[in-house]
Amino acid sequence: MSAPLLELQSVQKYFPVSTGTLLRRKLGWVKAVDGVDFAVWPGETLGLIGESGCGKTTTSKLILLQETPTGGAIRFGGEDISKLQNQELMRYRREVQVVFQDPYSSLSPRMRVGDIVAEPLEIHTNLSREALHERVAEVLELVGLQPEVARLFPHEFSGGQRQRIAIARALATHTRLIVLDEPVSALDVSIRAQIMNQLEHLQQTLGVSYLFIGHDLATVAHISHRIAVMYLGQIVELADSLELCTKPLHPYTQALFTAALPSHPDQRHEKVTISGEVPSALDPPSGCRFHPRCPHAMPQCARDPPVSKEAAPQHAVACHLY
Amino acid sequence: MVSTIEETRASPVPLVTRELANVPGRWTSLARQLPVLPLAILIPFILLALFADWIAPYDPTEPIPGAKIFEPPFWMQGGSAHALLGTDFQARDLLSRLIFGARVSLIVGVTGTIVAGSIGTALGILSGYLGGWVDQVIMRVTDAWLALPALVFAIFLATMVGPSMWNIVLILGLVYWTRYARVIRGEVLSLREREFVKLAEIAGGSRARVIFRHILPNVLNSTMVLASLTIGVVIIAEASLSFLGVGVPPPEPAWGSMLADGRSMLMVGDWWLTVFPGLGILLVVLATQLLGDWLRVRLDPQLRNM
Amino acid sequence: MAALLRVSHLQTYYSSFGGARVVKAVDGVSFTLGEGETIGLVGESGCGKTTTCLSIVGLLPSAARVVGGSIAFAGEEITTKRPREMRRIRGRQIAMILQDPMASLNPLFSIYTQVAEPAYYHQAIRGRPLRQRVQELLRSVRIPSPAVRMREYPHQMSGGMRQRVVGAIAMAGGPKLIIADEPTTNLDVTIQAQYLEVLKDIQQESGVALIFVTHNLGIVAKMCDKMAVMYAGKIVEQGSVRDLFRSPRHPYTRALLGSMPKLGSKDPLYAIPGHPPNLAQLPSGCAFHPRCPHTMPQCVSQEPEDRYIGANWTAKCWLTDQQAQEEYVSAIA
Repeated sequence: MSAPLLELQSVQKYFPVSTGTLLRRKLGWVKAVDGVDFAVWPGETLGLIGESGCGKTTTSKLILLQETPTGGAIRFGGEDISKLQNQELMRYRREVQVVFQDPYSSLSPRMRVGDIVAEPLEIHTNLSREALHERVAEVLELVGLQPEVARLFPHEFSGGQRQRIAIARALATHTRLIVLDEPVSALDVSIRAQIMNQLEHLQQTLGVSYLFIGHDLATVAHISHRIAVMYLGQIVELADSLELCTKPLHPYTQALFTAALPSHPDQRHEKVTISGEVPSALDPPSGCRFHPRCPHAMPQCARDPPVSKEAAPQHAVACHLY
Repeated sequence: MVSTIEETRASPVPLVTRELANVPGRWTSLARQLPVLPLAILIPFILLALFADWIAPYDPTEPIPGAKIFEPPFWMQGGSAHALLGTDFQARDLLSRLIFGARVSLIVGVTGTIVAGSIGTALGILSGYLGGWVDQVIMRVTDAWLALPALVFAIFLATMVGPSMWNIVLILGLVYWTRYARVIRGEVLSLREREFVKLAEIAGGSRARVIFRHILPNVLNSTMVLASLTIGVVIIAEASLSFLGVGVPPPEPAWGSMLADGRSMLMVGDWWLTVFPGLGILLVVLATQLLGDWLRVRLDPQLRNM
Repeated sequence: MAALLRVSHLQTYYSSFGGARVVKAVDGVSFTLGEGETIGLVGESGCGKTTTCLSIVGLLPSAARVVGGSIAFAGEEITTKRPREMRRIRGRQIAMILQDPMASLNPLFSIYTQVAEPAYYHQAIRGRPLRQRVQELLRSVRIPSPAVRMREYPHQMSGGMRQRVVGAIAMAGGPKLIIADEPTTNLDVTIQAQYLEVLKDIQQESGVALIFVTHNLGIVAKMCDKMAVMYAGKIVEQGSVRDLFRSPRHPYTRALLGSMPKLGSKDPLYAIPGHPPNLAQLPSGCAFHPRCPHTMPQCVSQEPEDRYIGANWTAKCWLTDQQAQEEYVSAIA
């Protein structure tokens, strides 16, 4: 059995909040990520779903080493990434890349596409100019663009094409894991499907893993093998994609599903079961963080934080109902 | 008007416009959009400065043989065709001095701006991108520098190092870099958060790489706009220094010193000694300011639609 | 029943470079909306749906002009109205909800001031009746403790609440028609769901008609009775939401529906090849033909006209002719 490519173990990220200009009293901590565990296996797509404030952006920043965890560990290929230095750090940077949401600001406006795609190669390898050209051409074709576009500038491309360029760049150095942060949310509907199909095809061809972060349930469920649902800095449910869609166990996941838009007018179903809004991460509710909004809250829920259990095979939930 | 951009490119990637305000034909609309007035003023002056040796009728530092001092321009009584715009207190041809003076003003203006721009942009980038104590130090230095009265400081430096054209260039560069530093720092602060910069950092790019490949090319626009606006200021500063006698030393003609020389004769009615160099300064500075304004609108996509 | 809004052959063009370049943002759009009905205007960026709405409320940018067709609201032609008359209609009879609530709300004024404004100007309510009206409106958009919250300012509220306040402002003038342009794009999934329910409730209580502009077919499936699919400035198919979802006739409609991921299904998505057209350089004939899987020679040379598929169901496609023929042939066989 192969080992997971990326592993998060009890990862925490707290941001200090202070007030006052001179004295800077500490008000408390924003517990953006508070005890997150999941793993991404080689060749699979793990979907990370949650609403604003759930901590998915902070999680991706932790994985990309833009922030360091306050607690817990992130392991890549078994090694703690916060302890990586020099050579190993460069290797991590080579094998883990990211594609951001906004295609219009993720490409350097004054660089040619070929140079943009080649940049990771330039940083990490000593390839000759011809070898670079070749690899760039190879990778551009992989994402469905013609190699001749390498000499053009980003502003000559549409949003969907720019995302392809961003994906090409992310693949240039034989990447093993790509963090995709809402990669299709800013694209037109018809282009979204193109990019999604392309991503799936790339995964089948290259065996690269994806961490697919999104807020649209249907999109994430479609491309992911497994899905992790986040709420206020914690993972409340983690299961196989189809299993989650047919049998969501956690009340928050269930609320997400009822809130999701139907794909057919005949599906205009139940009323939304969730009320209120996401509380602040500065002062999260005691016990189970979801209990104030949960239709099934029990007295226990306000006292004890639930622990993630396997309620069904390969289906973990953090809820006192199980 | 048919778009010719797609015809000139053989690439199969079609142009998809995000905003509809796109340029149709490449050359025709460029011509249509050039800033006519500033260029109409600047190009002749630049040509004069470049070809001064061939265009100027006389050596500007030598008196015209056989001419009288303070001769008026040729269309006035007492003037003659051999000194079209008159002569100065040493019977030197005013026209030639004006032409060579253009050279001094433009050279000092341009190179002084380049020096100021280079220092200021470099400091602005370092300050904005590296942050922390580097930022603090540079910003405090900038603040202190700004507190100095520019011209007085320039005079001080000039008297210390002694006047010569290149010293003046250096001095002006050292005096005027601060406005660059501030503006560029601001731009870099916002650029730093842009995704393509973060991507370069995530990919493992060193700070030097990020600065030179991603930050610098994207602040060049602002640098150019600032530069065109600064040239005017530097030219006036040089003229002021020359006027006060600490600029480009005689007998090299500079518009500022020509103003100083002619000042006393203004009361007597010999207006040409001051009006012509003054007009020169006015026109060149005006043209550079207009050019800078045009550049600002052209290069800054946000301001373009205003 | 007389239609509340009747748009006929509307043409709105943008001109730039002194008329040298014309973009036909809306080119022959026709639809009707009855009282209390909801229509979804669906399409991708650049298809003309926002321009259509701006034409209806008379808020086109200076480079755009209605060059043809008519818009009749409550029986009156509004394309020929003067700005002063349009100002009386806007807010009072037709209201608009935009995408970004923070841009729609003035950060300097309290919620009360902003919600009260349309009622103040259009219905001339003052004093205590005005305060009561504001509270009523806030209650109708499910804002808890309206009397307290109306004293607050936009920055003190969350995104979902702000969007609901925008809804309250829209309702304040007592309009007959509300145009909502992608109102939920920036909202979280659960907040979006709550907001759409609020809109539905408002509609049922007050009988206001709704134009929902969106690129999200899920919203249309949930909220609308009718839908019009736009492409390159034209409506390529319109009809009841049920009809179009069940058996879409236009290839673009079919493609849009096929490209939507459906919960619980891993079927491959249908990806429309190519990309949305450049409105300044439209393809000949049918604008969709470069991306259509069923292109026929006729599609390249001739622009299709509206064909009736059923009652209140039209599609602009040469295929429908074939299909209609085949149905006819098989029906009589």
